[in-house]
Amino acid sequence: MWARLRQMLIKEFIQVVRDKRMRFMLVVPPMVQMLVFGYAATFEIHHVPIAVLDLDHSQESRELVSRFTSSPYFDVRGYLDNQRQLREWIDTEQAVLVLHIHPGFAQKLNKGETASVQVVVDATNSNTALIALGYVNQIAQRFAADSQSERLLRVAPQLAERAPRVELERRPWYNPDLRSQWFFVPGVIGTLILIMVGLLTAFAIVREREIGTLEQIMVTPITRTEFILGKTAPFFIIGLIDTALIALVGTLWFKIPFRGEISVLLVGAVLYILCILAVGLFISTISRTQQQAMVSAFFFNMPAIIFSGFGFPIRNMPEWLQALTYLDPLRYFLVVIRSVYLKGSGLDILWPQMASMAALAAALLTISIFRFRKSLD
Amino acid sequence: MRWHRLLAMGRKEFIQILRDTRSLAIVVTMPLILMLLYGYGVNLDYKNIPVCAFDREGSQQSQDLLRRFEASDYFTVVRVAENYPAVVEGVEAGQCQLAVVIPHDFSQRLAGGQPAAVQALVDATDDNGANLVMGYTEAVVAGFSQELQMEWLGRQGRAEFRVPLSVEARTWFNEELNSKDFIIPGIVALVMAVIGAFLTSLTIAREWERGTMEQLISTPVSRTEIMVGKLVPYFVIGLLDTALCTVIAVAWFGVPFRGQWTTLLLSSALFLLGVLGQGYFISVVAKSQLAASQAALVSTLLPAFLLSGFLFAIEQMPAVIQTITRVIPARYYVSILKGVFLKGTPPALLAEHLLALAIFAALVMGLATRAFHKRLV
Repeated sequence: MWARLRQMLIKEFIQVVRDKRMRFMLVVPPMVQMLVFGYAATFEIHHVPIAVLDLDHSQESRELVSRFTSSPYFDVRGYLDNQRQLREWIDTEQAVLVLHIHPGFAQKLNKGETASVQVVVDATNSNTALIALGYVNQIAQRFAADSQSERLLRVAPQLAERAPRVELERRPWYNPDLRSQWFFVPGVIGTLILIMVGLLTAFAIVREREIGTLEQIMVTPITRTEFILGKTAPFFIIGLIDTALIALVGTLWFKIPFRGEISVLLVGAVLYILCILAVGLFISTISRTQQQAMVSAFFFNMPAIIFSGFGFPIRNMPEWLQALTYLDPLRYFLVVIRSVYLKGSGLDILWPQMASMAALAAALLTISIFRFRKSLD
Repeated sequence: MRWHRLLAMGRKEFIQILRDTRSLAIVVTMPLILMLLYGYGVNLDYKNIPVCAFDREGSQQSQDLLRRFEASDYFTVVRVAENYPAVVEGVEAGQCQLAVVIPHDFSQRLAGGQPAAVQALVDATDDNGANLVMGYTEAVVAGFSQELQMEWLGRQGRAEFRVPLSVEARTWFNEELNSKDFIIPGIVALVMAVIGAFLTSLTIAREWERGTMEQLISTPVSRTEIMVGKLVPYFVIGLLDTALCTVIAVAWFGVPFRGQWTTLLLSSALFLLGVLGQGYFISVVAKSQLAASQAALVSTLLPAFLLSGFLFAIEQMPAVIQTITRVIPARYYVSILKGVFLKGTPPALLAEHLLALAIFAALVMGLATRAFHKRLV
């Protein structure tokens, strides 16, 4: 059996390496995706263009504005004179946010009344708007706290010392600078394996069927088990090599910290790749042509990526959809890879994910191999 | 160009599409499936964030603060930890995204007029989520602090003190800050890109592969006629798909439609011409269905997803990537879509984007016609 299996493996490797398209597929898409996701996929917000409509022209209002100019999150692009301009700046997208200070701002502040500022936000991008508003509130709260204690000091210095206040200490763990890269780059490894290993496995088999070489192989003394093993093993190895390659780029180029154990990641990757191989096998049983395999793979990959938590938190999805995500192997692998990278988690924390992937792999492989054997008849 | 020849070409294509059930299924179901997948799966509205509470003091005041987290729509306390290791475990295992730790001398410090610090430990693996979570936490804690201070001042006979500053946020175009309103219009561009790429990659390359191209070449049909005849049916289908997507967005997902139909129609037509031309060009050059469909998918879907501003704000990308986005037609189409759906932007303001789409379409069409040679290589 080993001799035949070895021959089969050698043949497969030669086929993969000789095929120009395959070689291209193995190198270019991973690199492109890695770079594009690393650089373009960002939810970070810096230098949001803003404009200021200060109708109070007071020392106090300027003080508030200066807190915006010194913030790294905002870029004051212009000072406006009237409401009409405000509308225009937002409409023409020159500013995402306009800080509107009403006349009488300083007066109210000094009398101890509540001075209000209006913030007009272009909320077309709701996420940017939300985060920007969070930063605005932070600045406003600091300003409010400072002016409160200043006033207390002026009016009732004996109280100023004793006024209670609660402060928040922010401790963002695992990703202290809140970098999107740290979130997306490890995730890309998962999606790439999904796209490449799944598609390549399906293609390799469907092509043999399409050009008729499948029959030739079937008349050789090779058994079906050997055939399936021989077809999938190369992609298993390719998947592992790709994981290592991309992980290396992530660490060396993007400087994503790797805090966990390589062995934990390896266990996760093996289980995950087994799941994806099973999916690839399955696709090959329902496709006659490579074109069909392509379309089927697309219809599997698209939801598998969206529902995995790759970019969009599973917790925010409707409940029926959350239930569906449990069938998505990528969901578990993303938790594993992100935890190993950023949290340094071990098997004691990640065993539920590992067990789920193992169960999924077993189930998927059983179904696929069963279907595949039938399709060979 | 002769009309009767063109008509014949177009008729042939239509018959081919209608007879090929798989392509037909793609054309009809793809927009539906993609709209539903993204519409439900992509949600950036963080609600019911799981919180782990660790109250080291257990006083009236510390419990008051925790109750505020309970009362907020954004948070759900899922775990009350007894000790610090339990907090760490809760965050590491992903059970909670935020842990609130109240120090053992919380009320004592408040009574003594010293600032009492509350710790917010946030799982920042998902940087965007962490950012929003910290914003919401800040709002809860600052509100608590302010009320505490006002009450205290009242007891000291200083009831005239008011909260110094209030921020009144006006969120334009997406008043509720729904991420679905922000995301769904962009999906239309994604669907169009995929359909344009898939359809055309199926069309010319297939003729080459099946050898029917030779038959076509032997007829007096000119290359322009072949192109126009081939693309017109897909163009019509694409426009129908745009309409379908728009209906789903508005009727099913409740996204507002504030602009004009004509703007949507015009921009969709131009964008479609661009992607169809791109797909046609690729399939002429690639000559194999598989290579063509892959190249088309990678060159349309990936940029439409990542570089169009559909999800990730272009202004936040590195300068190099921002420059690249300028040659991506999806970028212009997405901003028109967002303008038409959410802002009701007058067409005059969108002229620049429309022009960019028109230039792209013209360029690509020109390239595609030139690339197609009526001879056998």
